[in-house]
Amino acid sequence: MGSETALEVHGLTRTFRRGGDTEIRALQDVSLTLQQGEFVVVLGTNGSGKSTLLNEIAGGLPPESGTIEIAGQDVTRWPEHRRARLVARAFQNPFTGTAPNLTVAENLALAAQRGSGNRLAPALGRERMEMISQRVAELGMELEDRLETPMGQLSGGQRQALTLLMATLVRPELLLLDEHTAALDPRMAEKVMRLTQKMIHREGLTTLMVTHALPQAIRYGDRVIMMHRGRIAVEFSGAAKRMMRVQDLLDRFDQLRAADLLDESAEAMLRRLYV
Amino acid sequence: MNLLIGALTFGLIGGLLAVGVYLTFRLFATVDLTAEGAYGLGAAAAGVLLAAGINPLFATIAGGLAGAAAGVVTGLLHTRLGVPRLLAGILTSTALYAVILFLMHGGDLSLAPHRTLVSIAEKAGADLVGGDGELILFGTPVGARNWMGFLYSFVLVAGTIFALGVFLRTELGLALRATGDNPRMATAQGVDVGMKLVLAYALSNGLIGGSGAIFAQYVGFANVQLGVGAMVTGLASLMIGETVFRRGGPWRGLAAAVAGAILFRLLVAGALMAGLNPNALKLVTATFVLVALLVGRALPGRNGADGGGATHGL
Repeated sequence: MGSETALEVHGLTRTFRRGGDTEIRALQDVSLTLQQGEFVVVLGTNGSGKSTLLNEIAGGLPPESGTIEIAGQDVTRWPEHRRARLVARAFQNPFTGTAPNLTVAENLALAAQRGSGNRLAPALGRERMEMISQRVAELGMELEDRLETPMGQLSGGQRQALTLLMATLVRPELLLLDEHTAALDPRMAEKVMRLTQKMIHREGLTTLMVTHALPQAIRYGDRVIMMHRGRIAVEFSGAAKRMMRVQDLLDRFDQLRAADLLDESAEAMLRRLYV
Repeated sequence: MNLLIGALTFGLIGGLLAVGVYLTFRLFATVDLTAEGAYGLGAAAAGVLLAAGINPLFATIAGGLAGAAAGVVTGLLHTRLGVPRLLAGILTSTALYAVILFLMHGGDLSLAPHRTLVSIAEKAGADLVGGDGELILFGTPVGARNWMGFLYSFVLVAGTIFALGVFLRTELGLALRATGDNPRMATAQGVDVGMKLVLAYALSNGLIGGSGAIFAQYVGFANVQLGVGAMVTGLASLMIGETVFRRGGPWRGLAAAVAGAILFRLLVAGALMAGLNPNALKLVTATFVLVALLVGRALPGRNGADGGGATHGL
């Protein structure tokens, strides 16, 4: 009752190809807590476990060990579609989050009925259509005149912006963003990121965002965690996060490497991504 | 004119089959071979009930329910046991062959001596004009019996398809369509995609079973071979219809399926009258579907930026 914790991950472990020569320890005893309204950015190289972490929280992977609580409810054994009542997400591929042969309005209607939609009521009732039309207009992307257009005819950026809107149409307890601007051109990525920030602020959404882009990690969020080899290697929060500059992050990577917490390839990758 | 009315009637009945194929082939981009068994099962189940003196409308509905049950079996084989979709459909269809033989105590069942939708329709027609009289329709005489038979099938088929069209635009229907279009997205929006797939298979084969049940009454018999080629007939109908109604929302898809089934029947009637050997009919139909698939592939962009996806994800 009245828990302030939006997400509580405890001792999460996930191994791929267990026991084989190519065993991958994607997550090793990861624990993470997000307070309500907190915006946490996750950094890490490919294979660091950040996407696996997001997938475990969303329910796309069955749990190996550890527990996941969302808004005070133990969802460890919930299937993905059931967790969707609490968790909304946007994917890296802008085509993943929307249905191409349904119209824009139908996609949004499906999002509007998230967690309740097994009824025989009309999906596109007048009230709902008005709400959808208004929310789409608020995006400022002139999509409100294209509600009857099949989603597949829109651009990746437009689809990603609508995916974000769909994620927040019914307020989720937790918003998961999996490199959702990585596949967009820089201008559109910036636009979608600003939109993301606006929605998170307006609704006070608890958010976990995975990104490759260091500038995003610096500009956005209350806390940055960096994953490496299936563990949370570094964390910046509070004043450290607010004062953080790119150089600080890079210095920290150097220290980590010296301490053998981060190998050279990972650091090189992060530098390359930034520069 | 009597021939035309007959073709229209069988076209409408085939419309239910085409709509069933539309549900899996277009909305779920998959080929569900349960159709072959479900069509014959619907005919057999209805036939057995009619022979037992059950009300023809109930017997027809029961035929549809039997088809739906077959669809549930295929759906569960796929979603619960992980059997590939094509194989799941073939397994169910093969097993149904035996089920049909058991039900009918043999390969054939004549419905001529029993009360059926057709006998009721014909009686109503006879009562209307007295005996074997004719109605004048567009200046041409039409047998009242044929006309009533057509009218009965029209009411049944149109009513069913209207209900389906309304359903596809409900919240549950939308979740169903989203599952077929993008299961990952549907899951992320809280849709239990496994259940929706089973439901789609049930609906599809329910319609196909119903089509078989009505068809059996109009031809006056049920036969274990009745379902052979049902899938390809449904596909051919759908593809013909889609040249008339371009793809769009569910209403357009349903209209295309029914219109296509009617055109298919008219084309078949025309081809037979022009001297086509009836034995060659399935060869011609299969060739037609193949050509339509190849032409469809050569003309991309007919169905949105992502393509129709009709031939993948089997």
